Amino acid sequence: MSIPAPEHNPQLLAAAIAPREGVLKKILRDPFGSGGIVVIVVIVLLSVFAKLLAPFDPAYVDIQATNMPPFTDGHPLGTDASGRDVLSRLLVAGQLTLIGAAVTVVISLVIGVVTGLVAGYFAGPFDHAASWTADMLMVLPSKIVLVALFAVIGPNTVVTMAVLGVMVSPGIFRLVRSLVIGVKNELYVDAARVAGLSSRAIIGRHILYTVRAPIIIQAAFIAGIAVLIQAGLEFIGLGDPSTPTWGGMLQEAFLAMYKAPWLILWPGLMIGLFVSAFILLGNAVRDAMEDSAKVKVPKKDRLRTSTMAVTVQPGRRAANTPAIASGSALLVVDSLVVGYPLPDGELKRVVDGVSLSVNEGEVLGLVGESGSGKTQTAFAILGLLPEEAQIAGGALFFRGEDLIGMPEKARVKLRGKSIAYIPQEPMSNLDPAFRVGFQLVEPMRAQLGLSKSEATKQALELLARVGIPDPKRTFDAYPHQISGGMAQRVLIAGAISCNPDLLIADEPTTALDVTVQAEILDILRGLQKERNMAMVLVTHNFGVVADLCDTVAVMQLGRIVEQNSTAALFAAPVHPYTKMLLDSTLEGTPARAPLRRAESPVRVITTEDDRPREEALNVSRSV
Amino acid sequence: MSHAVSESLSDTLLDARDVEVTYPSRGFRTPPFRALKGVSLDIKPGETVGLVGESGSGKTTLGRAILGLAPVSSGSIRYGDRELVGLDRAARRGLAHEIQVVFQDPYTSLNPAMLVADVLSEPLVAQGVAKSEAADRVEMLLGQVGLPADAGRRLPREFSGGQRQRIAIARALALEPRLIVCDEPVSALDLSTQARVLDLFIEIQDRTGVAYLFVSHDLSVVRHISHRVAVMYHGEIVEYGDCEQVTGDPRHPYTKKLLMAAPVPDPEMQRQRRVERQRLALL
Repeated sequence: MSIPAPEHNPQLLAAAIAPREGVLKKILRDPFGSGGIVVIVVIVLLSVFAKLLAPFDPAYVDIQATNMPPFTDGHPLGTDASGRDVLSRLLVAGQLTLIGAAVTVVISLVIGVVTGLVAGYFAGPFDHAASWTADMLMVLPSKIVLVALFAVIGPNTVVTMAVLGVMVSPGIFRLVRSLVIGVKNELYVDAARVAGLSSRAIIGRHILYTVRAPIIIQAAFIAGIAVLIQAGLEFIGLGDPSTPTWGGMLQEAFLAMYKAPWLILWPGLMIGLFVSAFILLGNAVRDAMEDSAKVKVPKKDRLRTSTMAVTVQPGRRAANTPAIASGSALLVVDSLVVGYPLPDGELKRVVDGVSLSVNEGEVLGLVGESGSGKTQTAFAILGLLPEEAQIAGGALFFRGEDLIGMPEKARVKLRGKSIAYIPQEPMSNLDPAFRVGFQLVEPMRAQLGLSKSEATKQALELLARVGIPDPKRTFDAYPHQISGGMAQRVLIAGAISCNPDLLIADEPTTALDVTVQAEILDILRGLQKERNMAMVLVTHNFGVVADLCDTVAVMQLGRIVEQNSTAALFAAPVHPYTKMLLDSTLEGTPARAPLRRAESPVRVITTEDDRPREEALNVSRSV
Repeated sequence: MSHAVSESLSDTLLDARDVEVTYPSRGFRTPPFRALKGVSLDIKPGETVGLVGESGSGKTTLGRAILGLAPVSSGSIRYGDRELVGLDRAARRGLAHEIQVVFQDPYTSLNPAMLVADVLSEPLVAQGVAKSEAADRVEMLLGQVGLPADAGRRLPREFSGGQRQRIAIARALALEPRLIVCDEPVSALDLSTQARVLDLFIEIQDRTGVAYLFVSHDLSVVRHISHRVAVMYHGEIVEYGDCEQVTGDPRHPYTKKLLMAAPVPDPEMQRQRRVERQRLALL
């Protein structure tokens, strides 16, 4: 066969191997991430080597030189109200702040992550007890507890911050627990269980690894909060007066506000820088781990391409005149190109020069495998392409009207009234917050100008027409109360409610059971005949095409490779790709023969054989 | 022990009898949900048993019950001379060599953060195979499912759906099991990919003699790969027999309905089938 199997195409495979970038590299490339890391590293280094770097002993008091402004007498940042060197105190103060923040982060992570993993994975009594304890801790006002703690144990930063760690651990616990509950039913966790991994291995290898990103982000935020709370406590005088701290310095500066207002600047700056560095780093980690390689299209570019498409049209229109003049073609798609911008500025063409036409009352099947561009073509006709998609060429005409150049308002009016749509996933296309009836009646009132009672009456009739046994009950139901098949009927009722001329159905039965699919196809066929409605049916199923369509277009990699009447295409497919697809369908192929003893691996171990039973069983190998 | 008993035992790899799975009710005063209402099924060594049914019929639940992933409330599942119902986690781990799984969704059944080589060597290492030996085995497994040897150094997201399903099949084969529960393994795949993956399943079976419980909603897929077919409806098996008979000349009205509902890729044949189905529906 001349068609390279997409699955084994070495070029595709090679293209799939994009250079992998480590998370760390991504964080460093993000200016906020690298900036945050630089600030944190500098502050940590300055604090660790504070004793070496400080020009003075932080406790050295020079009564002669109080409240000196910066850059005087070897005091780069000036002196405070007691005549101590501000720079030296600022550097040394960092030590205790860092230790305090580290204690809080480590304690809250150890408690929160371990209990969260165990509670989430095993559930049961431990989960109940842990969740209850977490709730109890969360209702305790942490700052008041810390103030009360000061009264009991006096100024001890490490113990205070450890207690803070315990107080904030429920936040981590709840985060980890809910993440684990979300992940533990993933199929790969089930597969690991079947593969014989122990619970500890599953939690360590599969679950912890998957939930690590939010934990790291949360840890960065907790570090920032810990610095703030510590500074806040010291500011209200609950610190150790014998060691310099940023919060303590802030408090002293506050008292000397009128004499030396600049003193408040330095500790404030340090706290602000340090906390923002952690928050920016947290955000950068999140962005890097979420792996969002989104390509932003500059607004200018988007405008340019759309005007290009418009300017192309006059010429195109001339080329199309015969089709339009004949008056029979309801929809004309002419050399349509739809693309998505790639990071390197190129356009990835997902629809690459597609031309087709649909006459009144005609049903066109648009068939292809995933990635063939069939859905993108349908969305382009509907005008529902995603924001970043570009119509890079070609034209669309509906009743001779140019769809691409049409103002959005006119397009909206056309959609729903003249062109209707049935989606693949019925459930996700009904708003769970509103009753089914409301969702049917509202568009009818907006598009047809009907009164509420008229619209309700029509909606009930339509529901009966699409084969819903108790229309009133479905009308009053919420989407979650009806089945997928019923939901699809509701959407069909909605789609035909405004008497459209063209119905675009995107894999309308793919998500449904086969018996329901048959019923839905019957309904679509009936409605189409009854109303002489044109249809574009996007599907991957040749059986559905054979059941419903007058003409077929087969799509591969954005192009139409073969287009013919349904009868002719099935009778004599021409293009090798069409042939390959038809050969791949299993309908009507012979059944596999029953298992002959000859095929069975236990054949050699027959009853004539005198081997012991264990071997004859051949199933208890590893017992 | 008589030869007759030995023969009948050796003839059955897995024997499920009257299996019931009941999930407790969520709401107040709503009855518990009976996903399986006493299902019996046997699988012979080297055989494919197709399990076909629509959503909510319990076909996936039966597969999960055999895998120990669904709670069996009564009945028995015997594997050789071992009872699977009521095994604790530790005892269940010992069965990893015997029963494996290929899930439907190739996108969620592989850990997105693990390299393919780690995905494949994990079950081996967990069963005590040395790391270097496991690495050799991984290369061999990739070859068996038709993937290049360097596929191990990549992440699952770099592969297409069909290729991912091949990785999932390689993982199931890693421990050389005697039974693989395949839960809709081709229904997320494109038509041409589906046909090739099915052929891979058959080829592996011919070579290794592994048995499949092949769960699918698609009668034509089941017909292609199964030696025997069981049809499930509302938590019960309504028809169970040779593939040709069940999928070609069904006895139970539901199986007939299922067969008639699937559209055939031939306009004329499909028209006839439609007329026949509508006639049946009126009966």
